[in-house]
Amino acid sequence: MKRQITACVLAAAAMLAGGAGRADAPAGIFKIVKGGVSVQRNGASVPATVGMPVFQSDRIVTGADGSAGITFEDNALLSLGPSSALSLDRFAFNSTTHEGAFETTLSSGKLAVVSGKIAHHEQDAMKVRTPSTILGVRGTKFLVEAGGT
Amino acid sequence: MRRAGRILAAAAALLLAACATPDRIVLLPDDQGKVGKLNVHGSAGGDTLLNSAYDTATVSGGKAQRSTGNAQDVNKDFGGVLATLPQAPVAYTFYFLVNSDDLTPESKALAPAILAEIARRPAAEVVVIGHTDAQGSDDYNDKLSLQRAQAVKQQLIALGFDAARIAVAGRGKREPLIPTAEGVPEPRNRRAEVLVR
Repeated sequence: MKRQITACVLAAAAMLAGGAGRADAPAGIFKIVKGGVSVQRNGASVPATVGMPVFQSDRIVTGADGSAGITFEDNALLSLGPSSALSLDRFAFNSTTHEGAFETTLSSGKLAVVSGKIAHHEQDAMKVRTPSTILGVRGTKFLVEAGGT
Repeated sequence: MRRAGRILAAAAALLLAACATPDRIVLLPDDQGKVGKLNVHGSAGGDTLLNSAYDTATVSGGKAQRSTGNAQDVNKDFGGVLATLPQAPVAYTFYFLVNSDDLTPESKALAPAILAEIARRPAAEVVVIGHTDAQGSDDYNDKLSLQRAQAVKQQLIALGFDAARIAVAGRGKREPLIPTAEGVPEPRNRRAEVLVR
């Protein structure tokens, strides 16, 4: 009986993961890139360009003259100000059911957010972390500044 | 001498703590004027709810302090990052003939306006989301809604738009424009939303 339940939970988890899109599917796309903006992915750093996709686990870093605007698969909009660093810790979105998870960490700088369908579907499915807080997003437009120490 | 050093160290630590800029979170009204909610959980424990326009949480030492800001200060401190937010997506609705993926003539005429919007946006993407009315099973409607989205995609490709930039999704009967009871035919729900992002 117990084994049966475990098997069911595993099957349901696999189904959810499958429905939420492939792990290599882009989470979003750069729409605005000004000044120095780079993406750290798999240990390498590449300059960001308009039209470049953003993936789960990417870290986006802007220089003193840099800023960037990104649209996400769930219609969320994000922008980063100068001297900022944002990690895309987790992104999953099921376009049929709107279930998903959207978790980022702003370690320095400024961030503007308009939440999308993930946050709209489920309270706190979207989270933004700073070094001293966790924001549970229940909609929609907000600003975050990571002060640093 | 040693004592003076200790005092200096203590003073330096105080100065450093004072200089450490706190984290700041500001809730804004969205473009429609609606205000959402944010739960701010400080690392020192405790939750602070922001739920009205320009509510601000200032977090230092992991503790959040709530205050009310204003549009002027927000524009001064965050004007640059706000100006870098991408344009919000815009949605167009296409309607279908009953039980089919054939568009109504009025909907076919929408395509040029969508292409113009696509041309205006940097790295524009199109997402076509199909919907159905409440007749038939979930499974049938999930498939029909996807077929409708694919039919619109084909039309946009025929008009010269890049196939690689068009994504499709089916929402079945989950998101009716006009809510109805199960099994009720409703032409306004047999639609596809074309989102330009």
